Amino acid sequence: MKVHEYQAKDILRSRGVPVPRGGPCFSADEAVEVARELGGNRWVVKAQIHAGGRGKGGGVKVVDSPEAVRNAADEMLGMMLVTHQTGTAGQQVNRLLVEEGVDIARELYVGLVIDRSSQRVVVMASSEGGTEIEEVAAQTPEKILKTLVDPNTGLSQNEALDMMHKLELEPAQAEEGARFLSLLFEAFWETDASLAEINPLVITTDDRVMALDAKFNFDDNALFRHPDIVAMRDTDEEDPAELEASAVGLSYISLDGNIGCLVNGAGLAMATMDIIKLYGGEPANFLDVGGGATTDQVTEAFKIMLRNPDLKAILVNIFGGIMQCDVVAEGLVQAAGVVKLKIPLVVRLEGTNVERGRKILEKSDLDMMTATTMAEAAEKVVAATRN
Amino acid sequence: MGILINGASRVITQGITGKTGQFHTRNCVEYAGGADCFVAGVTPGKGGQEFEGIPIFDTVEEARAQTGADVSVIYVPPPFAAAAIDEAVVAGIGTVICITEGVPVKDMILTRERMRGTGTVLVGPNCPGVITPGEIKIGIMPGYIHTPGRIGVVSRSGTLTYEVVDQLTKLGMGQSTCVGIGGDPVNGLKHLDVMKMFDEDADTDAVVMCGEIGGSDEEECAQWIRDHMKKPVAAFIAGVTAPPGKRMGHAGAIIAGGRGTASDKISALESAGVTVTANPAEIGLAMCQAIGKE
Repeated sequence: MKVHEYQAKDILRSRGVPVPRGGPCFSADEAVEVARELGGNRWVVKAQIHAGGRGKGGGVKVVDSPEAVRNAADEMLGMMLVTHQTGTAGQQVNRLLVEEGVDIARELYVGLVIDRSSQRVVVMASSEGGTEIEEVAAQTPEKILKTLVDPNTGLSQNEALDMMHKLELEPAQAEEGARFLSLLFEAFWETDASLAEINPLVITTDDRVMALDAKFNFDDNALFRHPDIVAMRDTDEEDPAELEASAVGLSYISLDGNIGCLVNGAGLAMATMDIIKLYGGEPANFLDVGGGATTDQVTEAFKIMLRNPDLKAILVNIFGGIMQCDVVAEGLVQAAGVVKLKIPLVVRLEGTNVERGRKILEKSDLDMMTATTMAEAAEKVVAATRN
Repeated sequence: MGILINGASRVITQGITGKTGQFHTRNCVEYAGGADCFVAGVTPGKGGQEFEGIPIFDTVEEARAQTGADVSVIYVPPPFAAAAIDEAVVAGIGTVICITEGVPVKDMILTRERMRGTGTVLVGPNCPGVITPGEIKIGIMPGYIHTPGRIGVVSRSGTLTYEVVDQLTKLGMGQSTCVGIGGDPVNGLKHLDVMKMFDEDADTDAVVMCGEIGGSDEEECAQWIRDHMKKPVAAFIAGVTAPPGKRMGHAGAIIAGGRGTASDKISALESAGVTVTANPAEIGLAMCQAIGKE
């Protein structure tokens, strides 16, 4: 699960990690009010969407009067902000963060992720803050420092201090920076985060160390023990189709193509997308119905896919293990009836009770094509989109 | 014989009284020599009861002491799954197979840390389990699609593995052991560990490997294959069409920070001499090609 920058900063602030003073706002009036409460003579107005690269898209403005705060807020609220992470349509801005302006002496990068090989949290730091860290990682990997954290002890003061020294911070700054890193690690660990990125981590002209930006993702599997984080969820930022699907226990991801796929199991679902592409088609989605695939779930899955106006055909690929093909076939026939399917449907069933399942499909008066192998199914569904 | 488990394995089912545990225990008992293999169940508070003739104990330690079991399979709900693994490790179980999906990553980091130096082998979590066809099935895979033979299978996913096994069986290639290592980012055995076991297994002639986007396990395995593997390997990597930054069902199946793409994995495997197919309908054929079978 993702949260907004202001929410990530709230989490950090409540745990003693230094961040600039500021607050969220949903209207230009609120933005001006927050600016007045903050005082000073320089503010930053930041669009809050779940995507990076906001600055380049016009989602971050530094202003020097309450009037300019109002103008910036007016401009940003409701705009479709396009960044390299949003796709071409962009993401609508509904929330802003107004913060005090900070005098920056240096910009660093800090990131925490799970390192799969060592099975530990890795703390990364780099002197190349404020830039695309992926580029730094690709071109000058030696500029990224890494520390694997022992889960029994957490990030030690020495490890944190060592990283800061290697970034060539002055002694007083290094102390502050190390304290920042330790607290950041604690925040990450205690909230079951899966990613934390502070880019940039800044050193101010008066030697303070703080998170100028903050990105946090959380482990979906651990949300059951963090109701406070679940409460931060902003469903406006999520794909409506994906949300609807997850509400009925389906895993759905929208893609750009025109062939819908309904598959049981994540690996087979990816493989089905791949084979559609291999035969010259474009998958419209990833959809894993999981181990159950009840009639209700299949009906919902059809409805969600059909909401895509570009959809030209649907491929159902089920390998029945525990799930029985005859039960799946009955569900498919009913679901296709309920949604009054008008586009070509190709069904490939394999596995437990497959003969009975295929008979049910043959006997139904549904207009569908059947296939026995994945290759045949892919070939047929791609051909169907070309007619 | 195969790797990890065989007809001589004695198995404890942790979470035997839950709906999932009951359903799959019944299926496993009915498969091949399962009736002799599944010797105990564990559910705290239900010690002394029975599940269809299988005695239930309160703890793994007790179950092991009473039955001499050397393998455990876990179906307990996600919040308690890591603790169930810990319990099996402390009780000295040699091989632990965790089927449970949705275990928090932090729980797994701590459990893996506690497992260091214990000698217990973990498969999963979030996996279909392990089967040595004709001998024993531990997990949720449909037994009947498998046939005894000499091809090893290792995979991160469930139904895609069934697809591969089905292709192999239909092409007349039986399997020595099929291992589902699971789709989570922090887990037990990785492709590389299983590949090493197959390479040393006298009953395995060649290996099919199914990988997917995310992480670098397949790349690490490819490097080892290039330098050490004595047997032919065929492979398929799922997720060529998956966009970056989107989690494809499995918690571990995500292209993050430009790493873990399917094309990285495919080129690593190809340069290691592995027969890689881009077509998931032809994984069995790729195996034929790798071993020179008509």
